[in-house]
Parts: sequence; structure tokens; C-alpha cells
Amino acid sequence: MTAFLPLALLTLPLVAALISFAMPEARAVWRDASNILFALVKLALVGFLLLQAQGGVDFEWRYEFLPGHDFVLRVDAIALLFVTLSTFLWLIATIYAIAYFERGPNLARFFGFFNLCVLSATGVAISGTAITFFLFYELLTLATWPLVVHKGDEKSLTAGRVYLTYTLAGSAAFLAGILWLKALVGPLEFAAPPDLSPVPTLTLILIFVLLIGGLGVKAALLPFHGWLPQAMAAPAPVSALLHAVAVVKAGAYGILRVVHDIYGAGTVADLGLGLPLAFLASATILYGSLRAVMQNDIKKRLAYSTVSQVSYIVLGASLAGPIAAVGALVHLVHQGIMKITLFMCAGALANRLHIKAVTELDGAGRLMPVTMASFTIGALGMIGVPPVAGFISKWYLGSGGLEAGDAWVIAVLAGSSLLNSAYFLPLLYRAWLLPPQGDHAPVAELTGGWNRMLVLPAAVTALASLGAGLFASFPFSPLEWVSLIVDAGYLR
Amino acid sequence: MSPLDLLVVAPLVFMVLSLLAGGWQRSLLALAIATMAALSVWLMTLDPGTAHVVGGWELPLGVLLRADGLAQMLVPAVTLTAGLTGLYALHQFAPESHASNAQTAAFWPLYYLMWSAANAAFLTTDLFNLYVTLEMASIAAVAMAAMGSVRAALRYLLIALLGSIFYLLGVALILSRYGTVDVTLLAGMAEADFATALALALMTGGLLVKAALFPLHGWLPPAHAAAPAPASALLSGLVVKIGFVITVRLWFEGLAAAATPAGLHVLGGIGALAILFGSLQAIRQESLKALVAYSTVAQIGYLFLAFPLIAGAGHAWAGLSFHAVAHMIAKAAMFLAAGLMLKAAAGPRIADLAGLARAMPLTVTAFGLAAVSLMGLPPSGGFSAKFLLVDAALRQGQAIHAAVMLIGGLLAAVYLFRPLAVAFSGSETPAVPAKAPSMVAAPLALALAALLLGFAGGPLAELATGGAPATVAQEPPPSLENTVKTASEDAQ
Amino acid sequence: MEALATGHLFALTGAVLVGLGLFGFITLRHALRQLLAVNVSGAGVFLMLGGLGRGAATTDPFPQALVITGIVVAVALTAFGAALTLRQAEEDHAAKEDDERGGKT
Repeated sequence: MTAFLPLALLTLPLVAALISFAMPEARAVWRDASNILFALVKLALVGFLLLQAQGGVDFEWRYEFLPGHDFVLRVDAIALLFVTLSTFLWLIATIYAIAYFERGPNLARFFGFFNLCVLSATGVAISGTAITFFLFYELLTLATWPLVVHKGDEKSLTAGRVYLTYTLAGSAAFLAGILWLKALVGPLEFAAPPDLSPVPTLTLILIFVLLIGGLGVKAALLPFHGWLPQAMAAPAPVSALLHAVAVVKAGAYGILRVVHDIYGAGTVADLGLGLPLAFLASATILYGSLRAVMQNDIKKRLAYSTVSQVSYIVLGASLAGPIAAVGALVHLVHQGIMKITLFMCAGALANRLHIKAVTELDGAGRLMPVTMASFTIGALGMIGVPPVAGFISKWYLGSGGLEAGDAWVIAVLAGSSLLNSAYFLPLLYRAWLLPPQGDHAPVAELTGGWNRMLVLPAAVTALASLGAGLFASFPFSPLEWVSLIVDAGYLR
Repeated sequence: MSPLDLLVVAPLVFMVLSLLAGGWQRSLLALAIATMAALSVWLMTLDPGTAHVVGGWELPLGVLLRADGLAQMLVPAVTLTAGLTGLYALHQFAPESHASNAQTAAFWPLYYLMWSAANAAFLTTDLFNLYVTLEMASIAAVAMAAMGSVRAALRYLLIALLGSIFYLLGVALILSRYGTVDVTLLAGMAEADFATALALALMTGGLLVKAALFPLHGWLPPAHAAAPAPASALLSGLVVKIGFVITVRLWFEGLAAAATPAGLHVLGGIGALAILFGSLQAIRQESLKALVAYSTVAQIGYLFLAFPLIAGAGHAWAGLSFHAVAHMIAKAAMFLAAGLMLKAAAGPRIADLAGLARAMPLTVTAFGLAAVSLMGLPPSGGFSAKFLLVDAALRQGQAIHAAVMLIGGLLAAVYLFRPLAVAFSGSETPAVPAKAPSMVAAPLALALAALLLGFAGGPLAELATGGAPATVAQEPPPSLENTVKTASEDAQ
Repeated sequence: MEALATGHLFALTGAVLVGLGLFGFITLRHALRQLLAVNVSGAGVFLMLGGLGRGAATTDPFPQALVITGIVVAVALTAFGAALTLRQAEEDHAAKEDDERGGKT
């Protein structure tokens, strides 16, 4: 019975997707209700799995989908980290999306694909082999494309085209890489790393480049980051989901898997690949931050910030050593919570006050205080101000760098934090300290169902990111969970 | 009587009945679908290799019908494709609509004739009988193409006739050399001498014309693009596969002795060119149906690209069978969906499709799902096929073949996402005349079938390899140690 | 010896006919002529097939049976091709008349 639990994790969003597609627009209330219900049920299931996994129980479901190729779903501690994040944020983002669109056009389609995205992200998380991972990774591309082009205007269509060009080319490279490696060393199970010793070094390096190149597209690693700022043409809930959970995280998570579960951190270091990857990640961190400073559009600024922040995870993965690994994993969660907060706030501002540019932000704190407060927490977290969660990530990454003997990492982190302040603090300054432009009346954020559903999700995630920092040493906090993973020897 | 006879004879009976049916066309079709579905199921349950001599005439004079894995996959796929296309055609060539009386009278006999020809071609092992089925298929196909454009049909007929001459010339050579034209007997007798090689070359040349392999594809796009949607579906789905399957029977069974690696590689190379050329042409098309037709030219390339991989490691044979089936089903779905979309759109161009995703979501979904399979993205039959082929190519060190297949998939994404993006664009919902439910359901059902093929990979691969010719690499059941062992040997 | 020579004669004549037909198919433009050219080639192939059955003493009926079947198929396709050519000619004619009428008004 319990062997089917991983399958249930996928079935729940699938059923929610089918319901969304099938439900006529006139029954939108039922669609909303079922979406939230399924998200809650999944959250409960994840809670149960968390309790089980803490006791060291892994769930696995296996099926030979093609001769010689197994489809493996495996719920272990590291997968649960990602699943918990995506499930929690699914619930939040669904509530937010319902309020964001109210009763707009094409929503059956939107929520259908939204759920398929969640399905793919969950699948990515619980994949037990590289090929299973690829299946969901590709499905994720397909499920997000209709969301990116959702508005149907010229800008979205261009964004959709760019998005597909990058991601499909990336996954083709990834597929070539895993099939090549599989041809050489047999099945690539994450739980049982292959023996790479018979493979020539040069081949290993080439395959590594293919794999990281393919995954780097979704993780928006330099120079494959171009699609991400363009994809901002999508509606805010999509940006929130794409940037916090689904797409970029799938890429970053994949890189973690490749480095730690396929190659093994030791091999990566022996091949001399860890340092170049760390340099690439550092370059992306600084480049993304620099570009973010130059943006006037709030969503674009956040997008470049994502480019930069996701590379923290890659940086942590590429530095050999358990402390950096803790930093990488914990940032996967922290960045998700903080970034979704920022995007949901930006969406709410655009939706209610039509604020889209940084220069229009003056006095927004007086008009939508709750939203701006959430935004502030998220922004401070991104900068790395204690006690918000971002501080924990940066602390572990920095210590990991020192542990690995790469002290320059501290400089990168410090530079990035400086740039983070440069692009976030002016927003906070304008919003709180300058008088409002025009004659917008303050928005009644906490009265009226729609307003509340629009504002509170961001407040919840803001509090969560505060909590993840404040209570970092409590059981089931992201940091504790990650330490459990690392202590159990999951990351070699 | 054996199901093998009935699968060929029953459609011929229905052909005669359809001439007499008048207003009973609908009931006749229902009867035909039920009969053929039952026979197909019966066929699938037969032991692979089950053979039956027609009319009790023993070999070498008699005609042998045989159910090998390839036929056991293709014949049921024909039933599915032809049956659902028939349901669609019922409304276009409705007996009660007096608008196109001549076409209505002509369509149904041709439809059953083509069905019979396809089944006969997949089941027969007699080269001369295959010539007759080729000509049966040609008559039906040309006449159907003539419903759209007489000029294109005439061109098609002449080039098909020329192909037949070449084929027949080869058959004459084989007969004079071996005194038999049965593939199963030839398999034991054929030698690698000049006469056999010449015969193989002549027959292959003739068959490649019929299979529309680049550069002999010139007749296909005008004929397939101009024909009515159900006719296009059958032409692209069924007819080109006939030439392909006979080529397979020659190269891997009957005349395998004369099939040199060099020859196989030439065919594979031409297939690679076909993929690239067909895709690039499809990208350039402005008309939707021409785009879909050129996509057929590209997809045929995969079938031949697989030729040099058949004898080596991996599961190329299963991949090949998968591709034939998946392309048949998905391409039929796409042509039917395109037919519906063009009826609703203002013109034949891709740019005329704006807003159709809102106006006819089910049809655009069918088009999209079929596109997923044709692009070879998971989960779909097209993916399983391409995956097995790329895997086989990499396991045999044929990196170029693998790269061409992956690039072909990317190019397919370029041309197939274009109509989809246009369908998603715009903010207005065009008014679309209501369509009969079965007309909408047929392409959707086909597209879903192409998708579900991706989930039945294991059992279907087993079916495909049952009774496969001796030249096909037969692997021991894959197990972990086994693969690892062979892989490490490869590496050395 | 003589029988062998006649066998060769059939095959050689057939080959010449196939070549002629191919040459015609490639050089001729009109559909009807191309159709006839294919038929010439077809006749060549049937001649070769038929010649195979001629033994010194007995005649093998199997190739003969194939030839007969082949001829039936070829006749059917030729008739079909001729009908299509006619349809094409009618359509061209109608299109031409339409053009002329359009030019006058």
C-alpha cells in the first residue's frame, strides 16, 4: 500500500488539473474549491511522509516503462525537502492566483496547466533515476509554456518562443548526456550512484558539460539565463510559481543531483570540474545582481535577482564539503519562500495600484501597508539581513567556502549582498519614506474576500521566511531537515 | 478461416457493401469498426510468428500471411486510425449531405480499399502479392488525393507507377534467381551476390518513392496538403508506412544476406537528411496543412535513420516499430485536428488560426497532444520511439545519428509550436460553427492514444520484438549487473 | 542452347523496353505521354518475367500467372491515370476559358 504513496503525490495534482480543465467557467467556484482542497490533501500527505521519512523510511515505486529503463519514484529526505516546499507554495500560489484573476478569461486552461506544473515539479523532486527526472523535467517545460503565453499578446508569444528555444535545447543536451552516460555505466539511480571508474576522463568531462549545460538553462545559469527576464510577460502568479518552485528550482535541483548523486562531489572535484562550476555560478550571481540594479520594471528586477539567487544553490553544490551542501539545500527552500513573497507582492501592487516600475513605487507603503511589509521582509531576506531566512543560507555558504578552502566565496557573497542592497533598498525607501504620487486611496487590504486572498498569501510566506530564520534550530525547520539529510550521508 | 485472412478480406467485403449501402453508410462503418477491432484483438493474442497459407496453396506458390510483432502492432494501429478517421469522415462525406455527392460515393469504397491494402501489406510475406497491395493502396491514395487536387494526384500516380516498375523489376530478378518470392523462404536462401544486391537496390528504390523518403518525397506535400482532412490523415498515416514496412521486410528478413552495413548506413544517412530537410521545409511553410505534410517527410526520416541501428545493441527494432505506430496515430490526429481548425479559421494560413485555442479548446488540445508525440516529448509514443532510438545510437557509438534525432526533435518543436502559439494568441474568441461531437472526438481520441502509447512502452516493446527477424539484435532480459557489465566492456 | 538464347532474348528485349520507357518518362512532360512511357517500361518488366518461365521442355506457369496478374493491375492503373489526365485537361480548359472571359470584361 505504502509503495503507492509516491504515485499519490502525482495523482493529486493530476486530478486537480483534469477537474480544472473540465469544469465550465460558470462553475469557477467549484474549480477554486477543488484546487484548494487537493492542495490541502497533498499537504497532509506530505506531512505524513515527513514523519515517516524522519524515521528513515523511504518510499519507492518502480516500473519498467521501456525495456532496460526503469521509471522510479523515490521519496527520501532530500526529495521531501523539495516536495514540501512545492506543496506548501502550491497551496499559497493557488489561493493567490484565484484572487489575482478573480473571474478573468481562460482560467480553466490556466489552472489546468498550473496543476500540471505542480505535478511536474513534484515528479522532478521524487525522481529516482536520471531518466525519470528527465521525463518530468520535459513535462515541466510543456506545462509551463501555456502559462507563459497565457495573455496571448505579442510580448507573451515572444517570451514563449524564447522560453521554448532555451529549455527544449537544454533538455535535448541533458537527454544526450544521460543516455550517453547510461550507455557507459548502466542505470543512473540517484540512490545507488554508478561506478564511473571505467569511463575515460575526457568523456566524463564532456558528459558533465552536457548535463550541467542542459540543467543550467532552467537554472538560468550564465550564459543561458536569457529566457528568464523575458518570461516576465507571464501573469504574476506564474512568475511566482516559476521562479520560486517550478522551473528554476528544477534546474538547480537537477544540478545538485548530478553533482552529488550521479558524479559524487569527490569525483567532480577530482575531475577539476567543481571550481569552474563555482566560478560560473559566482559570475552568474554577480552578473544577475548587476543587471537587477539597472532594471526599472519591478518584475524584471526580481527576475534578474532570481538569476543571481538561484546560482547560490549551484555555488553551494559545486563547493565540495557538507557545509556548503547544507547552504545549497537550505537556500533551495529559503529562496523559494522569499522569492514567491516578492513576486506575489509585486503582482498585488500591479493589480491594485497599477504600479509596475520602481519609480512609481513612491508611498506604496502607505497605500498597501501589509503587502509592503511582506515585501520588505522578503527583500531583507534576499539581502541576507538576520534573522530572515536568507541570512542562514549565506552563512552556511560562506562557511562552506571557507571549509573548502575557497575564501574568495566570501568576497562573492559580500559583493552580491552589497548589490542586493543596491537594488532592494531603494524600493523600500521609496515605498515607505516618500509620499504617494497621484491620488490613489489606500487599499483596504484586509476587507473583502478578494483583497484578503491577494494580500495574505504573501504575508504568510513572509512570516514563513522570518520563521525559517528565527527558528532555524527547531525540528522540521528547513535547516534542521537539511542537516538531517547531510548527517545521514545523503550527500557524499 | 484465420483472422489473418479476415483482416484482408473483410475490408474488401465492406468495400463492396459500401457501394450498395446508400444511406446506410453509418451502420456499415459501425459494423466495420466492430469487426476490425475484434479481429485486431484476435491478431494481438496470436503467438508471434503465426502464419497461414491462403487457400491451401503451399509455398513456394501460395501466399503466406503471417503475424509477426511488427504486424501485430501496425494492424491494430491501422484499425484505430482508420476507424476513428472514418468516424470523422462520416460527417464530411455524409450520405445525407447532397453537396458533394460524387465525392461521397467515391470516398467510402476507397476508404475500405485502403484499409484492406494496408492490412495486406503488413501481413503478407509474398513479394509479388505485396506489389498488388502497393498498387491497391496507390489507387485508393491517388483517388483520395484527387479529391483535393487533380494535378497533385496525377503527379503522385505517375511517380508511384514508376516506383512500382522498379519494384517489379526487382521481384522479377529475385524470381529468376531463387524461384520464389516469399520473404520467409528467401530468408533461408538469399546470398550476397550481385543479382540479389541489384534486386534489393531496385526494389528499395521503388519502395522509397512510395514511402516518400527524401529526395523522392516531392509528390507528397502537394498531394497530402490538398486532400480533404480524413484523406490526408490516411495518406500520411497509413500509405507511406506500406512502402516502409516492405523495405524493412526486405532488408532485415528476405534479403538480409545482401543488406551490407554500407547499404544500411546509406539508408540511415538519407534518413538523417530527410529529417533535417523535411523539418526545415516545414518551418518555412505558411499554410497549416503544408506544414503538417512536410512534417511527414521529416518523420519518415526517423524510420530509415533507425536502419543501421537495428542489428546493434539497444532496442532499435522496438523503437522503429514504436515510431511507425506513433507517427501513424499522431499524424492522423494532427491532420484531422488541422482540418477542423481550418474549417473554423478565415483562411488556410497559420496566421489565420488566431484565438482558436479559446474557440475550440478540444481540437487545439488534440493538435497539441499530437504535436507532443511528433516532437518526441514525454509522455508519448513518439517519445518512447525516439528515446529507444537515441539510446541505441549512443550505445553503439553513433553520436551523429543521436544528434540528428535530437536536433530533429528541436526543429519539430520550432514548426509545431508556431501554429499552437498563434492559436493561443489574440484576445478575441472567433465564432466557430458547432461541430458534430464525433468529429471533435476523433482527433482527440487519436491524440490521446498517441499519448497513452508512452505509458505502455514495456509490453508493446515486447510485442514488437516477438517474432522479429533473426538479424535484429536479441538482448537477454536486461538486469542491473548485465548492463553494467556490457557497459564496462564497451568502455574498454 | 536455343531455348537459353530465346530466354536471353526475352530478357534483353525487356531491358531495352524498360530503358526506353524510363527515358521517355524523364524526357516527356505531358502526363499522358509519361503514362504511356511507364506502360512501355511495364511491358518490358512483364516480358522479362514471362521469359523466365520458358524452359527447354516445359513451361513454368508460375511466372506466367504473375504476369497476368501484373497486366491486370497495370491496365487498371493505366485506365485510372487516363481518367485523371482527362479530368486535369477539363479543369485546365475550364480555367483557360474563365481567364479569357475575365480578360474580355
